[in-house]
Amino acid sequence: MTTTLLYDLAHARTGDKGNRINISLIAFHAADFERLVAAVTEQTVAKHFGDRRPSSVKRYLLPKLHAMNFVIDDVLDGGVNDSLNLDMHGKSLSYHLLSMEI
Amino acid sequence: MQTSLLVGCGAGFSGDRVDAALPVVKTLIKRGLPAALIFENLAERTLATQQLAKRSNPKLGYEPLLELEIRPILADCLAHNITIVSNFGAANPRAAAEKIFDIAQSLGLPRPRIAVVSGDDLSDDLGQDLVKAHIGNAFDAERFVCANAYQGARAIADAILAGAQIVVTGRVSDPSLVLGPAMAHFGWRDDQWPELAGATMAGHLLECGAQVTGGYFADPGRKDVQGMDQVGFPIAEIMADGSCIVTKADNTGGLVDERTVKEQLLYEVHDPAAYITPDVVADLSDCEVTTVGPNAIRLTGVIGHPRTDTLKANVFFDGGWFGEGEISYSGPNAEARARLALDILQKRLSDQLKLRFDLIGLSSVFNDDGGARLSRWPQAPLGTTGDVRLRVAAQHLALEPIERLLREVTALWTCGPAGGGGVRVNKRQRLSTTSCLIARDRLPATFELLI
Repeated sequence: MTTTLLYDLAHARTGDKGNRINISLIAFHAADFERLVAAVTEQTVAKHFGDRRPSSVKRYLLPKLHAMNFVIDDVLDGGVNDSLNLDMHGKSLSYHLLSMEI
Repeated sequence: MQTSLLVGCGAGFSGDRVDAALPVVKTLIKRGLPAALIFENLAERTLATQQLAKRSNPKLGYEPLLELEIRPILADCLAHNITIVSNFGAANPRAAAEKIFDIAQSLGLPRPRIAVVSGDDLSDDLGQDLVKAHIGNAFDAERFVCANAYQGARAIADAILAGAQIVVTGRVSDPSLVLGPAMAHFGWRDDQWPELAGATMAGHLLECGAQVTGGYFADPGRKDVQGMDQVGFPIAEIMADGSCIVTKADNTGGLVDERTVKEQLLYEVHDPAAYITPDVVADLSDCEVTTVGPNAIRLTGVIGHPRTDTLKANVFFDGGWFGEGEISYSGPNAEARARLALDILQKRLSDQLKLRFDLIGLSSVFNDDGGARLSRWPQAPLGTTGDVRLRVAAQHLALEPIERLLREVTALWTCGPAGGGGVRVNKRQRLSTTSCLIARDRLPATFELLI
């Protein structure tokens, strides 16, 4: 079975509050939404962010927008105040999600 | 039928482009509808930074770019009844208002009617007691910097209804900057949840400036945006039912389409069915974005639920020191030399500091503190040409270990691997933060119209 890079199917944006981030994942084409829903789950996203050891991944669906919203806890290495990461807000992490293969 | 209200955004954070507001104001004037202009200048940490500035000088503590933001647009806004609403008051709204009076005078303008909103600042003894009662042992009186509650739109609306041409606030929720003028314009009550929720999400779309017009979005070849160097800032036309059409300033670059609007709609949203602000709980479950013209997107279907009984307060403490250093290695065997430098720092410092390492050019912002990703990264064969910048970072309550870190990076000039160049070191004071929810009846917001 061939795999597809999420980047080819969807776009995404990260927002941060404390040590919690959300990443929206929005299908470019409505026809791909169901495929994304099936493949990009709380489990697969938690695994994809495994190095950051998320304490929780919660997914919300917005079918009318052909979008999902992932709320991921404790992947900012301490959050904007404590992080030693160059990207302390985790703003680049939307592209980490988009580098997932489904 | 009530005429709609235009709200433009001139800045989306402290440090945003200061030439963005003028094209917005020119467009508001051209469209000829009742209008307001907001500047959103207050990220979570920005306010704490300004509280520290105010401590060192009681005349400071407001947005440092205030004058650069206001001067280009003040005359036009006053002449065309465009209400200016901003949290650029930060830790010292009154001082910001005084500064605006000075700017108006220097421009030869009549003295504007400025209102100052207060009620957010919990940094005095009474406020500290209230915070202490909510966060308990997490309250460290020795290291306390400030606490501020997120206030809502009501005081802003009342200030405008009382005749204010400019409303200066400290901490209010960002969308409240837009909802305030909408409440004043449409005469909405505090419990018109559908209208408040719709206009709140209009505010949410505007509050980050260019983030809805192509900024934080452009991706060449995939999500192309023209004219990013002159990206137009957004304008929302808010209707009497709270729905809105998002557009941007005329004769600018950038893009407003369904993709840019969807990305910003969900930005910093957690549960989309419960986007909580001081004013309302907005529910996006059923909302839709539709194209109504070039660079014009309509947002409809936002549901409103009653506001919560609490307001959120952020509390900041002195968090010690943060330090980081970088050095570059390029050409043959660059990666191996960078990894040797990493090893040297690890051996000399890891007994007293927990170090975070990145190899910029190989893996950095996707890295993790534990180094799991970097350790998996296949090391290039010896001799491979590369361009790698080693970065190390650490934090400590005391300054001395951080200064030692900076010295050790600097010493790599002469004591480290061959060809190391471009050492930069940097240290800054850290702020640690926590937040709590406080009953809203304990935190009344008020405004004062300055004469």
